[in-house]
Amino acid sequence: MTAREVPVPRYFRLALPPVSGLLRPRLIAVCLGLTVATFLVVCVSLSVGDFSIGLLDVVKAVAGTGDPGNVLIIRELRMPRVATGLLVGVAFALSGALFQTMTRNPMASPDVIGLTEGSGTAVVAAIMLGWDGGLGLQTLGLLGGLASALLVYALAWRGGTTGYRIILIGIGVSWMCTSATDYLIARGGEFQAQAALGWLVGNLNGRGWDQTVPLAIALAVLVPIALGLGRLMRTLQLGDDVAGGLGTPVQWVRLGLMLAGVGLIAFGTAAAGPIAFVSLMAPQIAQRLAGTAWPPPVTSAVTGGLVVVGSDLVARTLLPGTELPVGIITGVLGAPVLLWLLIRANRAGSGG
Amino acid sequence: MENPAPDLRASDLTLAYDDAPVVSELDLVVPPGRITAIVGANACGKSTLLRALARLLTPRHGAVHLDGRALRSLPTRELAQRLGILPQGPVAPDGLTVLDLVNRGRSPHQTWWRQWSKADQSAVYAALAATDITDLADRPVDELSGGQRQRAWIAMAMAQGTEVLLLDEPTTYLDMAHQIDVLDLVTDLNRREGRTIVMVLHDLNQACRYADHMVAMKSGRIVAEGDPAGVITAATVEDVFDLRCQVTTDPVSGTPLVIPISRHHTAETVPRD
Repeated sequence: MTAREVPVPRYFRLALPPVSGLLRPRLIAVCLGLTVATFLVVCVSLSVGDFSIGLLDVVKAVAGTGDPGNVLIIRELRMPRVATGLLVGVAFALSGALFQTMTRNPMASPDVIGLTEGSGTAVVAAIMLGWDGGLGLQTLGLLGGLASALLVYALAWRGGTTGYRIILIGIGVSWMCTSATDYLIARGGEFQAQAALGWLVGNLNGRGWDQTVPLAIALAVLVPIALGLGRLMRTLQLGDDVAGGLGTPVQWVRLGLMLAGVGLIAFGTAAAGPIAFVSLMAPQIAQRLAGTAWPPPVTSAVTGGLVVVGSDLVARTLLPGTELPVGIITGVLGAPVLLWLLIRANRAGSGG
Repeated sequence: MENPAPDLRASDLTLAYDDAPVVSELDLVVPPGRITAIVGANACGKSTLLRALARLLTPRHGAVHLDGRALRSLPTRELAQRLGILPQGPVAPDGLTVLDLVNRGRSPHQTWWRQWSKADQSAVYAALAATDITDLADRPVDELSGGQRQRAWIAMAMAQGTEVLLLDEPTTYLDMAHQIDVLDLVTDLNRREGRTIVMVLHDLNQACRYADHMVAMKSGRIVAEGDPAGVITAATVEDVFDLRCQVTTDPVSGTPLVIPISRHHTAETVPRD
């Protein structure tokens, strides 16, 4: 063996308070870069529309000064839409990162294991049957997501849960929900079917503050929980027995992660519908950009926000006069990015 | 080590998966500061016993005690600072570096805000050096050879800094040179650092060579335990493994050497039944 230099990791360590940790320069750089990119896309999204507003005027309008017309357009029409997109992207991607890490499998995303499909079935049922029980579509979407999560967890439970059981049973539940949704659409009226499909594809059209605020409150609670469990999640990646031996209360952490992940996906779906592919793709893109062995939670969340806001910008501007649903663009744009990263990783010999 | 003589014992232990009992009414006192090897046929309950000693499995009856305190009453974190376990055939996520893996072993000593203290750093580097993988620290675990990978996992368990270390078949999937290598390393851990080791081993001869204390199990019960020379007799091996054999002396280590008698390739001089 040739003599190699002993690699010394970069770290920071303060004497007081006793804070320390390893530094991952590439992860930090990627995270910052994505944050800057997201900020720019948010600015452009606010400025572009039927009525273009210069970036300087956008900043003024956000602050509440400047032309009153601009203030109205920015603060009441465009900001809630962009904010909803950003928060939904964060929620979906973080939820995806939690599920993928917890089960050690990128396929275990909430949009694969039936959680978003559960929301979809509940909302489509309300639209097609014309009765929402006085709850509103958002609450129904939330309840549908939670119900399918409970179903998956209950069926997967056998003296504890394992990752692959959650995936297999989740895929089963997902197809049950999809079939139910298809049946409801097939037997309903054309007008309702149009409305249901519009919601199912994932949509940010006409989102106002009344959709943004509940989502923001949910995220304010769930994101700290998710990030707080992140440290324990790192031992969970080594398998249940190793994690248990390292002092991780495996079943409790898993339950906490599931609840946080389900809450994030359910509130996100309630606000914008099941936007395709974001929770599967964003954590994987973040992981490959950052070169880590697991989906980094914060970077995944930023990636999710960028993907949704960026896709919505494209959706609004691609065809003049038509506003496409954002879900179409996330699939079309996101899939090639993910494929490219996967192919590149294989060529570089770093597996996946 | 703060406490060089941890008292780990199981009393009246009954273990079961679902409703199938695996271990029944078992009593065991782990000799502190020594290497204990648990041997037995497949599915005799030896790995199950090891998992219960690490609280990965809750007993149906009886209890495991560490220094007189029931394992289930110990805080999770405190237990993980005193007792570590390396399960059989652990798998690291693709791309995880050796350093990250070994640093995971420090989890019971870390908090959300303190993740690379001086103690963490010295423990991680000591473990890397002891397992001779310092220059592999930035390599992904999944790209290492089987022997190097097992060294990395043992380094993780070392970095955890526990007085008691439980190893479930640490030599599985390794070629013979690497098996000896890993067992020598385990012996170093015991002799240099005074750690109490309990390991499940498949190979009887290796168990005889490396163990101070031997526990032979059959159908969830302990059939014989004690000094390998006393435990490993032709009669015990026939009882435990249902295998006829001759026991001689290992010319290298002076410990018992089990030579199986098979239906074929057996010399005329060997008595057949």
